[in-house]
Amino acid sequence: MIPVLLESGLRHCRAAQSLLRCSATQARQASTLLYVEHSENGTVAPATLSAAAAAKHLPGQLEALVCGSGEAVKHAADAAARLPGVSKVWLASDAALEHPLAETHATLLSSLAARQKPSHIMAASTAQGRNVLPRVAALLATQPVTDVVRIVDDDTFVRPIYAGNAFATVQFKTPPAVRVITVRPTAFPVDQTAAAAGAPGTGGKPAPVEPVPSELLAPLGSVPAAKWESADVRSTGRPELGSAKVVVCGGRALKSAENFAMLEQLADLLGGAVGASRAAVDAGYVANDLQVGQTGKVVAPDLYIGVGISGAIQHLAGMKDSRTIVAINNDSEAPIFSVADYGLEADLFKAVPELIEAVKKVKQQQ
Amino acid sequence: MKVLVAIKRVIDYAVPVRVRPDKAGVEALLPKLSMNPFCEIALEEAVRLKERGVAAEVVAVSVGPQHFQDTLRTALAMGADRAVHVPVTAETFAAAGAAGGGGGGGGGGGGPAAASESPLQPLGVARVLAALAGREGAGLVLLGKQAIDDDCNQTGQMLAGLLGWPQATFASKLELAKGAARAVVTREVDGGLEVLSLPLPAVITADLRLNTPRFVTLPAMMRAKKRPIEAAPLESLGLAPADVAPALALLAVEQPPARAAGTRVGGVEELVRRLREEARVL
Repeated sequence: MIPVLLESGLRHCRAAQSLLRCSATQARQASTLLYVEHSENGTVAPATLSAAAAAKHLPGQLEALVCGSGEAVKHAADAAARLPGVSKVWLASDAALEHPLAETHATLLSSLAARQKPSHIMAASTAQGRNVLPRVAALLATQPVTDVVRIVDDDTFVRPIYAGNAFATVQFKTPPAVRVITVRPTAFPVDQTAAAAGAPGTGGKPAPVEPVPSELLAPLGSVPAAKWESADVRSTGRPELGSAKVVVCGGRALKSAENFAMLEQLADLLGGAVGASRAAVDAGYVANDLQVGQTGKVVAPDLYIGVGISGAIQHLAGMKDSRTIVAINNDSEAPIFSVADYGLEADLFKAVPELIEAVKKVKQQQ
Repeated sequence: MKVLVAIKRVIDYAVPVRVRPDKAGVEALLPKLSMNPFCEIALEEAVRLKERGVAAEVVAVSVGPQHFQDTLRTALAMGADRAVHVPVTAETFAAAGAAGGGGGGGGGGGGPAAASESPLQPLGVARVLAALAGREGAGLVLLGKQAIDDDCNQTGQMLAGLLGWPQATFASKLELAKGAARAVVTREVDGGLEVLSLPLPAVITADLRLNTPRFVTLPAMMRAKKRPIEAAPLESLGLAPADVAPALALLAVEQPPARAAGTRVGGVEELVRRLREEARVL
């Protein structure tokens, strides 16, 4: 309540404030603060590499913030220091930051931003980025921009709306002190050579790592926050769905969880990931986190193979930017055929085993 | 405990939309508006809390144009005890001279002329919901994880930030006992699931798998039509039009790039050959 009342009470000063902020922004060096996502073993998330690639479209220096605790956060900070374009890494290590809780991570990110005054705060549009960054924006009283696919300039961004059926170009009416944005990872390809040159152990020159001032960490213990209880994160050994080069997706027509083994075999042969339509997830054939679509993951692999998927608009929203789309379906009217580069009208229980054998032959020849 | 549920009205999820020729927004191919599917799930969860005796009252709230009241009636028919409508239209800002250079209306979600559009953006909605949560003394605010028109996925997180309350987004399971001080929430995260325990009051946003919303029966709808919907103007909540005015102007809405027409292949052999020789992906 209090911030709201304060906001409304202060609105008379708004015009003067925004003028001041405007000139301050122009006078100040533009810079971007990147929120780094990392796993429990300290590996920087592939989606953060894409966000770093997106940051190149903004002027000024790129600084990264790594939040966590223990050895993992130190490893992640070292890895972040080798991300292409990063000029400095802020290391925030505290027990309250151990798990990526929005309450503590957003508090720290906003207080560091209030101190460093970046022109942009950026993260990848992952479950974690979308959880934390809008809260940061609220703490900084600014409207965030989600799932950006193109950066036009400092204040202008393109983002999908209506399940990717339209692209909206939005622009801040008054340049804010700080713009909070999340970027769609598949829209900003990582420069593999630059990433490799900066990868740990290959001799890239890392950026300096500096601990965040301790006075920013001190209040975190008293932030009313959720308590992290447990996680059930599956490890398949396959590439991560959001960044895989090949994705094999199954729909309800697979009829059972056991039949998904076929798709796993095909995906493994191609070095790809397995995904699913909402229908397959709802039917219990695979876990929720494999869902591709508007409400699941957005993928844009080199090769997408949709098996027994009709192609509802909510699913198409998650895969239609794939480079090559293959559809295998016995319904000649299935909407997925309208976006497929190669459509095979066939019984999947016959076609998929044939495809597995054919791919095996191709791989043997290579 | 009082539970507040935020409701948005959007173009029905099954209705195809297309970009308007003037690029000012999208238009629906059928005039069908419905409750945002994720809001429906949030409301269903609140009503179930009431049925289990955990929630004392369920208050459905909506911020936007007059026609959002129709969706609040659906909420009453689904089991909400009360409905509160905060009327906000593009004219609200135009009258206050706060619409900025864009000529008013429109936002991250689309153009001024699309029938479903709310002129609001998530920061404005979050400010209104924060004021309402304070006025009502809510112990829990439930929202959908995103609206299927603007696809922002921001309002719940921003509301929690403004209130200084804990948040659990993308919830697929909510465990909350009567009189309990904490809610246990299972969240859908990349790679699997995560379980959080939240001290109340808190903000929770619903994912698709939280529940299956009930159908509204005709008698329930008829009863809902007779019930009053409270109008709570911005001023009554201590807010001014400038507090909820959109910060983002919508410059253009464009069609996604069309894909080149594909071909049908005769069999697996031809598929593999073309993937190797034409697409070069094998």
